[in-house]
Amino acid sequence: MTVKLVAPITRDTVKELKAGDIVEISGIIYTARDAAHKRMLEEYERSGKLPFDIKNQTIYFAGPSPAKPGEPIGSVGPTTSCRMDAYSPKTIELGLTVMIGKGERSKDVIDAMKKYKAVYIGAIGGAGALLSNHIKKSEVIAYDDLGAEAIHRLEVFEFPGIVVIDSDGNNLYETEFLKYKEI
Amino acid sequence: MREIDINEITETVKKLCIESNCILNNDIYSAVKNAEDTEVSEIGKDILKKLIKNADIAKEKMKPICQDTGMTVVFVDIGQEVHIKGGNITDGINEGVRQGYSEGFLRKSVVSDPLLRVNTKDNTPAVIHYNIVSGDNIKITVAPKGFGSENMSKIHMLKPSQGIEGVKDAVMETVKLAGSNPCPPMIVGVGIGGNFELSAYLSKKALLRPVDRSSEIPHIKELEKELYENINKTGIGPQGLGGKTTVLGVNIETFATHIAGLPVAVNISCHVTRHGEAVL
Repeated sequence: MTVKLVAPITRDTVKELKAGDIVEISGIIYTARDAAHKRMLEEYERSGKLPFDIKNQTIYFAGPSPAKPGEPIGSVGPTTSCRMDAYSPKTIELGLTVMIGKGERSKDVIDAMKKYKAVYIGAIGGAGALLSNHIKKSEVIAYDDLGAEAIHRLEVFEFPGIVVIDSDGNNLYETEFLKYKEI
Repeated sequence: MREIDINEITETVKKLCIESNCILNNDIYSAVKNAEDTEVSEIGKDILKKLIKNADIAKEKMKPICQDTGMTVVFVDIGQEVHIKGGNITDGINEGVRQGYSEGFLRKSVVSDPLLRVNTKDNTPAVIHYNIVSGDNIKITVAPKGFGSENMSKIHMLKPSQGIEGVKDAVMETVKLAGSNPCPPMIVGVGIGGNFELSAYLSKKALLRPVDRSSEIPHIKELEKELYENINKTGIGPQGLGGKTTVLGVNIETFATHIAGLPVAVNISCHVTRHGEAVL
């Protein structure tokens, strides 16, 4: 069964999501990669502010290719999430509830997810053309000079993913391969 | 002596940059499609189906298969009977990359200095490997490589006593450590022999060979087959979410080496292993 989510997503909704749930997200999400995270948290240290109100928000670890004329965005699949491990515990503490990416997360990130109630959703790495069909609108809201690494505000429609790590710390990357492992 | 104009090289590189980033090569497309039939995990099957759909959309819209359109790697085989006129070949290739990444709406992912990290905004410079060969042609292969998989690659400087078992362990260990990060199903390029840098070069070059073509050296062909089967028994599966499709191909290239060494380089690549070639 597919769980339909509307972003922003509250901590109460996040608590209901379980590893293995197939989800479709509609609403507003933000892109940020490591360069944007670094700058965002430096800005927070300095001014106590972030470029957007992060409470209940979703960050998609992604840097799109340029949009062709008449299209809202280029290809936009997830980037490797572990590069954000240094920053995610802080963004979760500040109110982030959902991360979308691909690949394993560190213990510190998972501990923060359990403590504050956040969820990690996997999108298909390398399916950037397909995923771009689920983006209705894209707008750069901060750090334009970073190019593809700028923070984009995306309006998404039924963006597909799977809950890989839930807010209790259940982790598909640890459980699923064991079912098929032969050596 | 045959003359080739630099503009012809630029045009070719430009075209190959765009095509290789938007059109998945047939060998990989077929391998994903076959895997969709044989995959036993439901989630895995669905992912493989979506990868095929993604490749179809990319080709139809001439949109990048993956947004990480990579650092552009270019292999150039220059016939020694060729004279290049009208400019410097490296400049001509970089101009082709510049034009290709701009006109093809490809992502610019290169920073000029590894520590200062300022984007060059045109994806140059490319990583270019020149090779002098016989004849009067130039063969250009463009192989853009994303860093999700590049970051999971490794070189192992083994002792000769570790032998073939050491090679197998090095490859398996690298693949397991990579896990879900390089967007499996992967393609694994292995370079065995040479020295430190040549093994890495060979592992990259191995990725250029179609996944449905084995090595012509009997014992290497056998090793490719064994590693392919064993990697698919790790259970990692599509996207690391479990299954029997972890690798689509294992390609190995070898070279002579020193009496004291056994270098093994493992270049991990994703299901979007891109390469296009042209002969001028």
